[in-house]
Amino acid sequence: MKKFILDLELKENSILDKKHFLLKLTSPSPLPPMLPGQFVQVLVKNSQEVFLRRPVSIHYVDRERNELWLLIQVVGKGSQKLSELSPGATVNLLLPLGNTFTLDPVPQSRLILIGGGVGIAPLLFLGAYLKNNNHQCNFLLGARSKKDLLQLTEFEKYGTVYTTTEDGSHGEKGYVTQHSILKSKSFDMIYACGPTPMMKALAEYASETGVYCEVSLENTMACGIGACLCCVTDSLDGHLCVCTEGPVFNSKRLKW
Amino acid sequence: MVKLSVNIGGVELKNPVMTASGTFGYGLEYSDFIDISRIGGIIVKGTTIRERQGNPYPRMAETSSGMLNAVGLQNKGVDHFVSEIYPKIKDIDTNFFVNVSGSTIEDYVATAEKLNDLEKIPGIELNISCPNVKEGGMAFGTSCASAAEVTKAVRRVYHRSLMVKLSPNVSNISDIAQAVEYEGADSVSLINTLLGMAVDAEKRKAILSTVTGGLSGPAVKPVALRMVWQVSQAVKIPVIGLGGIMSAQDAIEFILAGATAVQVGTANFIDPCISTKIIDGIEDYLVRNKFNNISDIVGVI
Ligand SMILES: Cc1cc2nc3c(=O)[nH]c(=O)nc-3n(C[C@H](O)[C@H](O)[C@H](O)COP(=O)(O)OP(=O)(O)OC[C@H]3O[C@@H](n4cnc5c(N)ncnc54)[C@H](O)[C@@H]3O)c2cc1C
Ligand SMILES: Cc1cc2nc3c(=O)[nH]c(=O)nc-3n(C[C@H](O)[C@H](O)[C@H](O)COP(=O)(O)O)c2cc1C
Ligand code: FES
Repeated sequence: MKKFILDLELKENSILDKKHFLLKLTSPSPLPPMLPGQFVQVLVKNSQEVFLRRPVSIHYVDRERNELWLLIQVVGKGSQKLSELSPGATVNLLLPLGNTFTLDPVPQSRLILIGGGVGIAPLLFLGAYLKNNNHQCNFLLGARSKKDLLQLTEFEKYGTVYTTTEDGSHGEKGYVTQHSILKSKSFDMIYACGPTPMMKALAEYASETGVYCEVSLENTMACGIGACLCCVTDSLDGHLCVCTEGPVFNSKRLKW
Repeated sequence: MVKLSVNIGGVELKNPVMTASGTFGYGLEYSDFIDISRIGGIIVKGTTIRERQGNPYPRMAETSSGMLNAVGLQNKGVDHFVSEIYPKIKDIDTNFFVNVSGSTIEDYVATAEKLNDLEKIPGIELNISCPNVKEGGMAFGTSCASAAEVTKAVRRVYHRSLMVKLSPNVSNISDIAQAVEYEGADSVSLINTLLGMAVDAEKRKAILSTVTGGLSGPAVKPVALRMVWQVSQAVKIPVIGLGGIMSAQDAIEFILAGATAVQVGTANFIDPCISTKIIDGIEDYLVRNKFNNISDIVGVI
């Protein structure tokens, strides 16, 4: 897919909770083609400390409103700076980058999309895409507590939502990998994004149960376009470039 | 019309802007963003005699106005370059140079020999300055004797333009430049990355898997400028300047300090269009200051 460097206009910056915000970006001309699983490289302007672009998943693309949504967690200086942007600001992005999730599962497949923390970001776009293509999605979303569960009403538009919280304040208590749905129902395919320990546990679950599992990795990056080889992950076939051969991988291919 | 073309060690570049090894892939990675044939020269990734996996992740750390990398020359080997990459780039109208790396003199020689016959590769950049490999690499570039030895051995077998890339991790870079000039280098490029380190205070660990890595970006620019100026006084062969170039103004500063051409590295990660913007910016500068020829400003300091 052709990549672009674009200046988009910030339409909305919604603070979702203390640590998370949602950017809605738009442009006078139609946004280029983008697919679920892909990401963008955001330029953080006017910061003495931030030098490189920041990779962020495509959370959702609203074609009717011509909007690109990014769901971001504040973890450091770059994300902090982006959280301070006001509507009308120009944001420079490289997009769309990386590969996609499997977008054409066998019809009638039992699909579960599992996200932990801000790892839920790419799953909204994926769920919407799959629903549009007549697939039924189950979402299993995990967070620390009820207030950290983000975008639930959005996810509910595209499938059945199950949740876990570490303190039991919403859904089942524990981690996503402990949710009873994984025992009571069987699935043909898992799509996952979240903290490494979560994806590792799911990779193990997948290999024990024989379920096909795709994970989306969040390695640190410099270029985001396959030029520097800073972002590699170790796999059975040696070092793979996460920004071009990923970020989505068959969990079986990776060394955990 | 101002004349932007320059000659570096027998190779005619349409303008003095090249892209630096390891930061521009094989050029093709950037072709959605710019017309890469506008670039004066493209130095491809570090290439070794056999495939290398490079160092374990994490291999990158952002620093103040720069970054550290410890990629460690991951590449699929020179045969793969010749059979798979070369056919894809050979008809692009720019000058591709292969950055040749190795652990032993025999490796450098064998790699260079395999590139001799590639019609559309007018030269190689001998990387005797990579700080990210355990054996060889930078070790060759840090003493006059070993820099001379590897240059001499490669010169004997390689018949096209030989650019030698110097390490800044030395006490007297001019001595090394003179040593490789004496052994037949057609040009020198400098600087490679400066050996550095980054620590994660919260985790109480080094950020890079290798602990140390190579620093690049604007943070190194004053050091690079100084070295380009020193080396250009010490040798007669063309000097290619790099290290922290982010804009046309930065590039012009290197040219004024003595560089015949420049390379743009880390800046490509922040703006994939920067190399062509720098070409335009240099041209504007010459026009604005009423120079007809880029050579009018080389080394005026
Ligand atoms: C393909 C991809 C998609 C991503 N999608 C999203 C997304 O949709 N939403 C979102 O909020 N984040 C996402 N991330 C992660 C995001 O890029 C980082 O959180 C961000 O770059 C941190 O920048 P910062 O300047 O705020 O933090 P920094 O100041 O750079 O770092 C703060 C702390 O976080 C750690 N850190 C930074 N980046 C990473 C990382 N990638 N992995 C592990 N630790 C890290 C640092 O070591 C440091 O301790 C994604 C990453 C990738 C590679
Ligand atoms: C990710 C990365 C990979 C690099 N790989 C190589 C390499 O393979 N061979 C080489 O000679 N230099 C390599 N370099 C060094 C650059 O070519 C250049 O000398 C250095 O980055 C300084 O220039 P800059 O500040 O413009 O980036 C690499 C630099 C970076 C950042
Ligand atoms: S971030 Fe540069 S190759 Fe992936």
